Amino acid sequence: MIKAGTWVQIHKIILTPNERAPHLPADTKLVPLEIWIKGTLLKDSKIGKPAEIKTVTGRIETGTLVQANPHYSHSFGNDVPELRIVRDMVKTLLWGEQND
Amino acid sequence: MTDRNSYENILKRKADIMRQSTGIDYSKYEKGLLSFDYEGFMKEYSMPLDLVSQIQAEHGVGQTPLKELPNITALVRKIAKPGFGARIFLKDEACNDSGSFKARRASLACFLAKTLGFKGVITATSGNYGAAVASQAAKYGLKCIVVQECFDSQGIGQPEIIEKARACEAYGAEVIQLTVGPELFYVFLRLIEETGYYNASLYSPFGINGIETLGVEIVNDCLKLTQKVPDVVVVTNAGGGNLTGTARGISKTTDQKVQIVAASVNLSGLHMASDHDFNKKSFTTGHTGFGIPFTTFPDRSDVPRSAARPLRYLDRYVTVNQGEVFFMTETLCALEGLERGPAGNTALTAAFSIAQELPEDKIIVVQESEYTGAGKHHQAQLSFAKENGIDIFFGDPKAEIPGTNIILPENLSLIQTKDLDLRKIRTSLIRNYVKDYSKITNIDLNFLKDETNTSLKEVKAILRELKVEWEEENG
Repeated sequence: MIKAGTWVQIHKIILTPNERAPHLPADTKLVPLEIWIKGTLLKDSKIGKPAEIKTVTGRIETGTLVQANPHYSHSFGNDVPELRIVRDMVKTLLWGEQND
Repeated sequence: MTDRNSYENILKRKADIMRQSTGIDYSKYEKGLLSFDYEGFMKEYSMPLDLVSQIQAEHGVGQTPLKELPNITALVRKIAKPGFGARIFLKDEACNDSGSFKARRASLACFLAKTLGFKGVITATSGNYGAAVASQAAKYGLKCIVVQECFDSQGIGQPEIIEKARACEAYGAEVIQLTVGPELFYVFLRLIEETGYYNASLYSPFGINGIETLGVEIVNDCLKLTQKVPDVVVVTNAGGGNLTGTARGISKTTDQKVQIVAASVNLSGLHMASDHDFNKKSFTTGHTGFGIPFTTFPDRSDVPRSAARPLRYLDRYVTVNQGEVFFMTETLCALEGLERGPAGNTALTAAFSIAQELPEDKIIVVQESEYTGAGKHHQAQLSFAKENGIDIFFGDPKAEIPGTNIILPENLSLIQTKDLDLRKIRTSLIRNYVKDYSKITNIDLNFLKDETNTSLKEVKAILRELKVEWEEENG
């Protein structure tokens, strides 16, 4: 149970594939247009169940509850060894051998 | 379908929604069959540049430092022929509040929204502009909604766009996140109608007026540092506003010829509305997927007539490859101690190549930088590309296939811009505007001349190829 007052994210389908705009690429035409919105849950609900939220601008939206207390997990990515090679290449060219 | 908010019904109300949300009656400027009075329109909806500068300065925008990049210039001279290798300077726009030049555009949008009595601002953008509007809205106590194209149908978000969503939320905006598709515009129109907020369009006259100060500052900063105006200004080009505003600002500040070069990352072959291709891109802006369509048909934007019309101003249009830009982004960090976002370094990459064509006493200004961070850092983007099956290796970037591989230059001399054929681009623009006509008026003929920044003779030659006639005189 997710309590009213919790910061949540909801999801819904805005346009089904047959309601979508003409002239879309074939792969996009096959899938619906989906939306995710965050806000404060107005009534207790559960993940996967209908939910009503109030967004930070005060709008009321409804959809399926997908996440409570949504957070960001994007990062600086995994190590990319190629970048060290670039760094060494340009430093060596400008300043000379780096390991002297 | 009879639903008032159906796709078809919302689009039918587009003109009314736009008029109410921008305060501009675009129909007033329509001329001929396909033309409009661009300069009249810009004059009526622009503010004097000293006032714009003042509004910006009071809100954390503008007066960013112009920094010489002596080590990158030295690197150019290592590979250029003797006596060649122009001095490269960078206008460090990452120093604006919210971290990019987009703050200049947002500053006027929010100033106007507040002045006109709107409660909030709304914008459709997956780029730095969202954070810029959110940041400026926070300063004015305005509510803010940012509509983003963010996820593919598997729910996988482009890390760069996710980071921009985070930034918008940090500044207090409501962020609406969508899957891929041009119907984002439909959602945007629905929200404008629902909220009555001001449409902070990137393509409004004020959105361009706000960037003109960047052109003014580039000339003045350059004069201060070098006692000369820049010979070349390189601008990362996507929707065209950055280039249009900068070029207009430069021409309002100096009579001397400054060559304006547009630079975009080559993403040819990737479809911008394709769900599958969405996460195969390692650049979400500054690329040809926006640059070419907006240059050849500026009125494809979210307002009836775009104030961003880059083909009127550019002298040269070049592309660079993704691998080259990632390489230069790392080089900027390694040699100049400046960690900046990759998309903003598109122009820097082009400048590295163009500097080799020019003598050492010439000056190139790279017109912007952008902030970097989680998701939009070049390491994050390369890591994401690898997760999406993109091969990353060293070689000749000219062989790069967007969506398949990213080729980092195996030596510096392989960083070479590719010039786009301006004749083809002009033809494409003219084709887009005349497509519904077999004969156009004299007003249209002159409009197309201005739009393509070429001669009447050239426009007529292109019209002949397209089998379209024209009136020689008004009437």
